[in-house]
Amino acid sequence: MELFFQQLTNGLAVGGIYALIALGYTMVYGVLKLINFAHGDLFTIGAYLGLTLLSTLGLTDHLGPFGVVIALAVMVMGLVAVVGIILERIAYRPLRESHRLSAVVSALGASIFFQNAVMLIYGARYRVYPHDILPRVVIPIFGLNVPLLRILILLTSIVMMAALYFFIQKTRTGTAIRAVAIDQGAAKLMGINVNAVIMIVFLIGPALGGAAGLMVGLYYGQINFTMGWIYGLKAFTAAILGGIGNIPGAMLGGLLLGVIEAMGAAYISIAWKDAIAFVVLILILIVRPTGLLGERVAEKV
Amino acid sequence: MKRNIIYLLLALLLAVSPAFLNAYWVDVLNNVGMYALLALSLNLILGHAGLFHMGHAAFYAVGAYTTAILNTSFDIPVLWTMPLAGLIAGLFALMVARPIIHLRGDYLLIVTIGFVEIVRIALINNVFGITGGANGIFGIDRPYLFGFKIRKPHEFFYLIWGFMAVTVFLFHRLENSRFGRALNFLREDDVAAEGSGINTTYYKLIAFVIGAVWAGMVGTIYAAKMTIIAPESFNFWESVVMFMIVILGGAGSIRGVILGAFLVIGLPEIFRGMGTISDLINSLFSSFGVTLSLDFSNFSKARMLIFGAAMVIMMIFRNAGLLPPLPRKYPLKKIREEMRIREEVRIREEMKIGEEMP
Repeated sequence: MELFFQQLTNGLAVGGIYALIALGYTMVYGVLKLINFAHGDLFTIGAYLGLTLLSTLGLTDHLGPFGVVIALAVMVMGLVAVVGIILERIAYRPLRESHRLSAVVSALGASIFFQNAVMLIYGARYRVYPHDILPRVVIPIFGLNVPLLRILILLTSIVMMAALYFFIQKTRTGTAIRAVAIDQGAAKLMGINVNAVIMIVFLIGPALGGAAGLMVGLYYGQINFTMGWIYGLKAFTAAILGGIGNIPGAMLGGLLLGVIEAMGAAYISIAWKDAIAFVVLILILIVRPTGLLGERVAEKV
Repeated sequence: MKRNIIYLLLALLLAVSPAFLNAYWVDVLNNVGMYALLALSLNLILGHAGLFHMGHAAFYAVGAYTTAILNTSFDIPVLWTMPLAGLIAGLFALMVARPIIHLRGDYLLIVTIGFVEIVRIALINNVFGITGGANGIFGIDRPYLFGFKIRKPHEFFYLIWGFMAVTVFLFHRLENSRFGRALNFLREDDVAAEGSGINTTYYKLIAFVIGAVWAGMVGTIYAAKMTIIAPESFNFWESVVMFMIVILGGAGSIRGVILGAFLVIGLPEIFRGMGTISDLINSLFSSFGVTLSLDFSNFSKARMLIFGAAMVIMMIFRNAGLLPPLPRKYPLKKIREEMRIREEVRIREEMKIGEEMP
């Protein structure tokens, strides 16, 4: 039973990371009907930027452990958001009126570009995050020893998701985003600046992805330039699992996929861990392409 | 006509090129040929049927492993396993493609990426205990053709490009057939195609199977050429490279795909060899007091970066690829003949109606 609960908390933490990345996919899909293949690489860029900022700025000298992480997260999210906006401007905006699959190829090209840019800048080997940023303590919860980092990651991702949900549901801008997702043309006629909305989406999505990258760096301690596409693929699976275009769906799908994967690794086979997510993806697309919470995009598949 | 003469000359040039090149460059040409073959088989699925398939490396792997297992465990000569490798890859494609064939565009892309990963993980985990795990299979025999052992790059060159000649001929016939037209129709508009009586599922599956059969047979050549195969040779990036060749070269165009293979596989090799030239330029400039640090050989490292950017730029400015397919020809003579016959029939009918009138 101990193993079960350890895997459950681990799965929830990893699932929180998947959910943050999945939100980027699902928001972009919502407004542009495009799978942003480069999103996974924005996540990688976030992880590497975190490492660079950590090693060059010397934040640890001035701030406490939590101050460092918060400052780092704000900077990484800001920088990755800038990259996301540039990506949209260069690779996606010129193709908005053209065939949908042209944009997909463009997204793939951008993904390959980013991945190799990271490789050329940082090298192909694994890079290691410093171990002593956050105190490595375990917290006993109901007799279970859960690492502090795991709890922090889960809490942070839940807070971010809740903030996003509030933003989308309750604010004017959020309403505009939802309107554009439903009907771009009609939204334009109602006086919504569609370009601005798309830019906001490409600001929020990559920012969350970048934050997830930083979390992976802190949690696992090592990062690699190819990790973006495997995390991206799993996060995309999470988005599909919850119903693509659906924001609560992405959150649910991410947490669920994290738990499924952790349980599969513990009870089926650790060697097949990466395959589990893909099997889930294929099964979902065959059996229920709209996902668990999705209904709107049935005809899109 | 003029175009055909150019192609003939290029083919002749290629055929005699091993006589002037060393083993390294012949091997580069062999790699170009292998990727061109793979990309041609993918072209049928991606270019003609318009199915976004990024798991082609999985079929390639199935073919290569079939050959490797049959050859090392059952001592079947390598080239004899070729049809079987194709057949098994085709059956595998039929099996995996059937449930996902109705998925559209980007969804299909994601699922096929999933498949190629599952195949790779299965190979690493030594599925059925016959794939040799992460180390793969080694000790595959060299192929014999008419009692002649194929061993050197120069010899493989003629095997690969000979197979290429056959492939180009067959695929050219295929794309001008009723089957090829049906694929193009469902690529342009599958609802309209379905409405015109084309069984779209059937045609999409056949495209998948033929593409997979060909990839499987190229897998045989790969196994024979390397004599050792491992799961890492069939990862997702192999699929990406094939996909890139088709998209950059020109989806649906044989000449475009072959050009794409030369660019994506051959060009980085040319730049790798140009390190000495950039050194020369650097020393030339430094003698004038200007310090340059050009290094053309770096290009091979940055090739994916450049091709990735090229994909974005290509989609914006020239989204049919470098050499897009030529428009289909409909001989005017035949159309006129057809129209004349119809006209005659119409006149005859009218006359008949006129006679019957009181």
